[in-house]
Amino acid sequence: MKFIVAIIKPHKLDDVREALASVGIEGMTASEVKGYGRQKGQTEIYRGAEYQVNFVPKVKIEVAVDDGVADAVVEAIRTAANTEKIGDGKIFVLDLENAVRVRTGETGAEAL
Amino acid sequence: MEGADTAWILTSTALVLFMTLPGLALFYAGLVRSKNVLSVLMNCFAIAATVSILWFVVAYSIAFGDGNAWWGGLGKSFLSGVGLDTVSGTIPESLFFMFQMTFAIITPALIVGAYPERIHFSFVIGFSLIWVLIVYAPVVHWVWGGGFLAEMGLIDFAGGVVVHVTAGVSALVLAMMLGPRRGFPNEVQPPHNPGMTMIGASMLWVGWFGFNAGSALAADGSATMAMTVTHLSAASGAIAWSVMELIRYRKASLVGAVTGMVAGLATITPASGSVGPVGGMLLGLAGGVVCYAMTQFIKQRLKIDDSLDVFAVHGIGGALGSLLVAFFVATALGGHGLADGMTMGSQLGVQAFGIVLVAVWSGVLTFIIVKVLKMFMKFRVDEETEVQGLDLAMHGERGYHGM
Repeated sequence: MKFIVAIIKPHKLDDVREALASVGIEGMTASEVKGYGRQKGQTEIYRGAEYQVNFVPKVKIEVAVDDGVADAVVEAIRTAANTEKIGDGKIFVLDLENAVRVRTGETGAEAL
Repeated sequence: MEGADTAWILTSTALVLFMTLPGLALFYAGLVRSKNVLSVLMNCFAIAATVSILWFVVAYSIAFGDGNAWWGGLGKSFLSGVGLDTVSGTIPESLFFMFQMTFAIITPALIVGAYPERIHFSFVIGFSLIWVLIVYAPVVHWVWGGGFLAEMGLIDFAGGVVVHVTAGVSALVLAMMLGPRRGFPNEVQPPHNPGMTMIGASMLWVGWFGFNAGSALAADGSATMAMTVTHLSAASGAIAWSVMELIRYRKASLVGAVTGMVAGLATITPASGSVGPVGGMLLGLAGGVVCYAMTQFIKQRLKIDDSLDVFAVHGIGGALGSLLVAFFVATALGGHGLADGMTMGSQLGVQAFGIVLVAVWSGVLTFIIVKVLKMFMKFRVDEETEVQGLDLAMHGERGYHGM
């Protein structure tokens, strides 16, 4: 199993969710986060004073998948989240040791 | 006693209190960081409560008692001698007392913008009360209570000098003595809720009808014309500031537009009983442009953390309007006419004298009040408290709750 963490632009969340649904992913976790990479934050101006805002709002998606579909999922996220502009985000793929469904106690791929 | 006048000033009194609670409180609260939102709201609210009592106990008497050219004396302390039938002009004196109280509340509340996010709460209360007593109330007497500036013919219809110059200059002095917020000017975080600021500013715009048109102390043409020029000045101030931002940054911001509106309102305040509609529009334009430039000058150039630009917007706007009224009062420029024996030049002289005198009075006394108060109470919070935010440290509450 793989655990996929994607940091994307907030307005791309719906596109990514739909793309994941179309490759058969039925669950995920999304959270509002702040961070920066090469985009290096943004400048905001209030009453003529420039404020350097280092941490830019992003959305983090976490999804656990079977090994077989991991590449398809990554590609789905990458395509859906892409605006071809700086700040589009990153996708991280981690090995996932186990998963447990709380209600039934099922483990491994059965629990996804 | 006139029923119509009384009805309008009753309404105006409510409008001006509404300017502070919640107008100014929200205007300021949106401009600070989320960890200090409650402390700013609380400053405005606590000033409203405490100054009200002070006004009743003695400050009203100092401002509007019979007294002499310099102060009103103590004869009207606790509203002594004021009953159901006591009148002030054509309205009951208890109403005049209430109307003026709302001005005494908003003036020290304006200064809140100079020191947020780092001042000790008890100092805010101590300073505001003493300031109303020895800075504000005497100036009110000089200008509106039959004192020497009134005798000289100073034009200050609704408080360009009395309210905005006193608050603006005191704010600047207090900000310099308190020192800047941590990280100022380059690492301070931006305003946490510009939408809240817009809501508060909009309440100020509406409330200002009571402030300026109510200052006619009558329901007549002077009041309606004051409302007209006030509105035009607010609108042109907002446009002027936005155009400045468009030229410089290619974007017109919400915070900028509402700040320009407030600048236009501060600028028209002293002149609202003297100028015609075109004069009102031009004063707003002048206020928007000049106050915009001054915010840059004070913060970027002089590096003074008058955090929410009280001096640049209110002090400068009020002074600018108080000067320009000397020209726009003239019938040739659409105004209601100079007083007998006055020329534009002599009026300008009186205006300049009044502004400088009141500015020096406010600045020097603020300096002394802070120096003395510092010996008895905490002035600035420690670094840890400032980082944590005043909401939790001073008031034990948080404005926003996550999980």
